[in-house]
Amino acid sequence: MKKKLALLGLVVLVLYSCGEDNDDNQEPQVFTTFEFTHNWDGALITSINFNAIQYTNENGDLLSIERLRYVVSDIIFSNEERTFELDIYNLIDVTNNDMSFTPQESIPTGTYNVSFTFGLDNEDNSENLIDLNSESFNVPDNLGGGYHYMQLDGKFINSSMEEQGYNYHAIRAVENPGPNPTFPQDTFFNVDLGNIVINDNVEVEVEMNIAEWFKTPNLWDLNELNQMLMPNASAQILMYQNGQNVFRLGDVN
Amino acid sequence: MLTNKGTRHIIFFFGLLILNYNCSSDDSTHVPKLQPLVIPEIFSDNIIDPIIPSDNPQTTEGIALGKRLFFDNILSANGTKSCASCHSPQSAFTDNAPTSVGIDGIAGTRNSMPLFNMAWNYNERFNWDGKALSLESQAIEPVENPIELHSDWDNVVARLQAHPDYPELFDLAFNTSTITKELTTKAIAQFERTLISANSKFDNYLRDQAVLSPQEINGLDIFLREDKGDCFHCHGNPNNPLWTDNDFHNNGLDSQFTDLGLGAVTGDPSDNGKFRSPSLRNLAYSAPYMHDGRFSTLEEVINHYSEGLQNSPTIDPLMKKVDEGGVQLTDQEKADLKAFLLTLTDPSFIANPDFQN
Ligand code: HEC
Ligand code: HEC
Repeated sequence: MKKKLALLGLVVLVLYSCGEDNDDNQEPQVFTTFEFTHNWDGALITSINFNAIQYTNENGDLLSIERLRYVVSDIIFSNEERTFELDIYNLIDVTNNDMSFTPQESIPTGTYNVSFTFGLDNEDNSENLIDLNSESFNVPDNLGGGYHYMQLDGKFINSSMEEQGYNYHAIRAVENPGPNPTFPQDTFFNVDLGNIVINDNVEVEVEMNIAEWFKTPNLWDLNELNQMLMPNASAQILMYQNGQNVFRLGDVN
Repeated sequence: MLTNKGTRHIIFFFGLLILNYNCSSDDSTHVPKLQPLVIPEIFSDNIIDPIIPSDNPQTTEGIALGKRLFFDNILSANGTKSCASCHSPQSAFTDNAPTSVGIDGIAGTRNSMPLFNMAWNYNERFNWDGKALSLESQAIEPVENPIELHSDWDNVVARLQAHPDYPELFDLAFNTSTITKELTTKAIAQFERTLISANSKFDNYLRDQAVLSPQEINGLDIFLREDKGDCFHCHGNPNNPLWTDNDFHNNGLDSQFTDLGLGAVTGDPSDNGKFRSPSLRNLAYSAPYMHDGRFSTLEEVINHYSEGLQNSPTIDPLMKKVDEGGVQLTDQEKADLKAFLLTLTDPSFIANPDFQN
């Protein structure tokens, strides 16, 4: 009995000192800034490049970009020892040059695998996010509810050689929207940026290659899919599939 | 975006703190009584807080002064018109002329705008073309505009200073009886921020205090559906009860522009023909419609979106079926859409005694 008590005491002591250690070490905490940049197969795009019909997609259609905004959320830093999940979301608004953000939460230095969610997972998507409502980014209930993941609007030259609008709006794919919607599959997705060494406050560049939305695995034909894609669940799934290749880790400073 | 708005609010709070501090520490000077906006629940539940400049907090005395100025012909050169001449409470603070007529009987080129919920115009770009960058600075222009009040600010300030009441009212509101253009527009802006409309049948429906007819419900569905009206991308929705995005779009009125709108302000040709989306609240009171008042009925507006669109290089990509002239609604759908739009009418707004002269 005594032995056992002593052992217990030792364990408690060890645990206690463990906890102490963590405090004592005062692991340096650092902030991460995420900066999103955009390109068309390598050619940088900012709002300055908007409005002119000057990009050719994989299908050979000439197009312009007039508006681009999307939500990224839930940034995860993980390595063998631990995982930090920042339960946040942020609207990246390329039209208004609002493309970087610094989460309020700091993390201890270390090497981490870094990933985030494109769009909002179903839990976040079902919340009432008043700052996104204020940006008119929500999806009305009779279209499935929740939020746009992305709004990419522009014009393309259609097969009659005329300018026509397109609205590449990514949302949660929904069938039978209304009082009893069904959701064929999730269309938010995880973006894995790979390992990043974080020894100090760090600026992580994330590149979006906009051309990829039209490229793989589904060759996108704007003559067929251009507007009214929100109620089109199969188009949403195509967007989800093409989205897998659009993001890449850029410079880390 | 979010941080900027946050910062402003923090500054506003510090402003309040300082004011409160003055309040308790110094009784000798008169301190205007803070009167923060009463934010309707339908707004606080769904959208972020209004923008109040840190250097112009809402006060009881400031609002009262602003209201008096808003209705007073003293701001016009010949004493015949006030702000309210073109922004009448009975018309949701607009007028019913296609384009407004100034004191010299000359009509301008733009339709007067209804005034409400302006503190929720987060980008603070006012007028049809976004030229005015705050409510305070917006109020400077109509006083001097030759086709509006056609005054000169020096004369206006001199008239106010010589008036039997105004010096004291400015003293109560701003602790100084020395009247300036800046203080005059600050007071007007305070009054304008109190013009809040959030009590329509549709608001009551959202609060479970009213029932919509099947026709109105169907109209809402058409308004929201991307494959029907798709109005919501620019004009709000039940979760953005401002019923506008306050952003600039070309909604296909013309193939060639006599008024460049935002393009004349930014100098960027890709902004030509873009105007700010108006709120769809109170349409029952605010005819005629569009920046030049070209449509006198909602039927004409709906026909425009259904089959009257004019193509141009800057037409918004959100406009659908432009080659067919628009979204092609049936007569029944048009009637339903109109019935829904009219549920955004707020009779308590135009009857509010706080807003009458
Ligand atoms: C002669 C008619 C006339 C008078 C008088 C007038 N306005 Fe206006 N007001 C207009 C017109 C027309 C517009 C749209 C202007 C534009 O887009 O260029 C407007 C726009 C506005 C707006 C912008 C609203 C928004 O949502 O962007 C405000 C605020 C306003 N007026 C306030 C005032 C005030 C305050 C006064 C008195 C100092 C005043 N107006 C006097 C005709 C008038
Ligand atoms: C691409 C954005 C956009 C879409 C989509 C859109 N509107 Fe508009 N709407 C505007 C703009 C911008 C104006 C002002 C245009 C102007 O005066 O030049 C406007 C004006 C109006 C007005 C006039 C309001 C007033 O006070 O003068 C009404 C009513 C209206 N829209 C209803 C609708 C309806 C109904 C739909 C759907 C069928 C719709 N809008 C779709 C942008 C849009």
